Amino acid sequence: MEVPRGGYVNLGLGIPTLVSNYIPEEYGVTIHSENGVLGVGPFPYEGDEDPDLLNASKETVTIMPGGSYFDSATSFSMVRGGHIDVTILGAMEVAGNGDLANWAIPGKMISGMGGAMDLVVGARKVILTMEHVSKRGVPKIVKACSLPLTGKSVVDVIITDLAFMTVETDGLLLCEIAPGVSENDVRDKTEADLLVASDLCEMFASD
Amino acid sequence: MSKIITSSMEAVSDIPRGASILIGGFGICGMAHNLCKALSERKDVGDFHLVSNAGGVDGWGVGMMFENRQIRSIVASRVGPACKSYEEQALRGEIEVELSPQGTFIERIRAGGAGIGGFFTPTGAGTVVAEGKETRIIDGQEYIFEEPIRSDYAFIKAWKGDERGNLIYRMSAQNFNPVMATAAEVTIAEVEEIVSVGEIAPENVHTPGIFVQRVVLGEDIEKPIEIMTNRSREGLGGS
Repeated sequence: MEVPRGGYVNLGLGIPTLVSNYIPEEYGVTIHSENGVLGVGPFPYEGDEDPDLLNASKETVTIMPGGSYFDSATSFSMVRGGHIDVTILGAMEVAGNGDLANWAIPGKMISGMGGAMDLVVGARKVILTMEHVSKRGVPKIVKACSLPLTGKSVVDVIITDLAFMTVETDGLLLCEIAPGVSENDVRDKTEADLLVASDLCEMFASD
Repeated sequence: MSKIITSSMEAVSDIPRGASILIGGFGICGMAHNLCKALSERKDVGDFHLVSNAGGVDGWGVGMMFENRQIRSIVASRVGPACKSYEEQALRGEIEVELSPQGTFIERIRAGGAGIGGFFTPTGAGTVVAEGKETRIIDGQEYIFEEPIRSDYAFIKAWKGDERGNLIYRMSAQNFNPVMATAAEVTIAEVEEIVSVGEIAPENVHTPGIFVQRVVLGEDIEKPIEIMTNRSREGLGGS
């Protein structure tokens, strides 16, 4: 489990929203949403949706007891000021040195970076959840990002369908691999250089 | 002297062509729909310079101003797919778009409202956002200089307001509004309810009236939901 007990967690747009359904309540984790909510709760029951209570993906949500609302400047003081323990984001490309690209593809309609650039520099730990390769099988974990960057040397942990890796000062460290996947499979699908942890193990085997 | 204006149309009646306007709202949550609608109905004006986190949606709020081709430029952190008329005009290069990271975006407005001449932030260092900007190493980390933003007008959406301009917001609909309220020459607040002076206890005022020049009761109080997510009463599940 990469989320600290009692910690404050921001979930980026897209896939990571699913994570909130898997954080056990006894963990005491508080979910921050950059539009101005601390203590985001589960989706409301049918009929209880409130147009004034959304998360950063603009989904209708609820608020937990002890939660709070605040303006955007205060929200990003929490983000940039290092008060958020973990942010979990998606990625288009990530480099072995922790460079991240997840907001723009040249030549395509660009909608904007939203709060991602603030989150990656401000959160104490940046975790990516992503597919190991693109839909066309091209490695997304590369030596150097070709897409416009979201941040330089900002990523700490990469979790894919194949492996769990950490970004260390000397490079990308392969720590865990998915069941039925070999170290060579991961190497074949990773463009960046990989170091291998001495205690390399199977994913999901520990908490 | 009361700051209450009788209609949204009257509240926006003096906005000239080419004015800069701050518009609050995260998506359409907390967006002053009635003020945007009223301005979109003024066919005599346009070329507006918007500062709004997002481009809105078709047929609602600021989306109506895009539909009527009244926007010359926008500063935003995330604009796009929900507003087709914005997208068409942006792709044809008819709208000048400046993307600013969301935290930087709101801090620039905070600085503008607070009389601060800009600030250094690590956000965007080493990315396209840093291009052409002054950099400085602070505590070993690279920071970039960002300029303040002020506007001629601000469209604020609040829950309750009084004739002195004191405002209170509801839930996450406050988002950019309290900060934007501080950074315009003329701040116009659209409220859902006008209350008597004193009804909002002083310790509960979110935006003190000094920042607000006009208060108007929104005519159309409908609040659409862009993305409806919920769970059935039997168990967990989205829809």
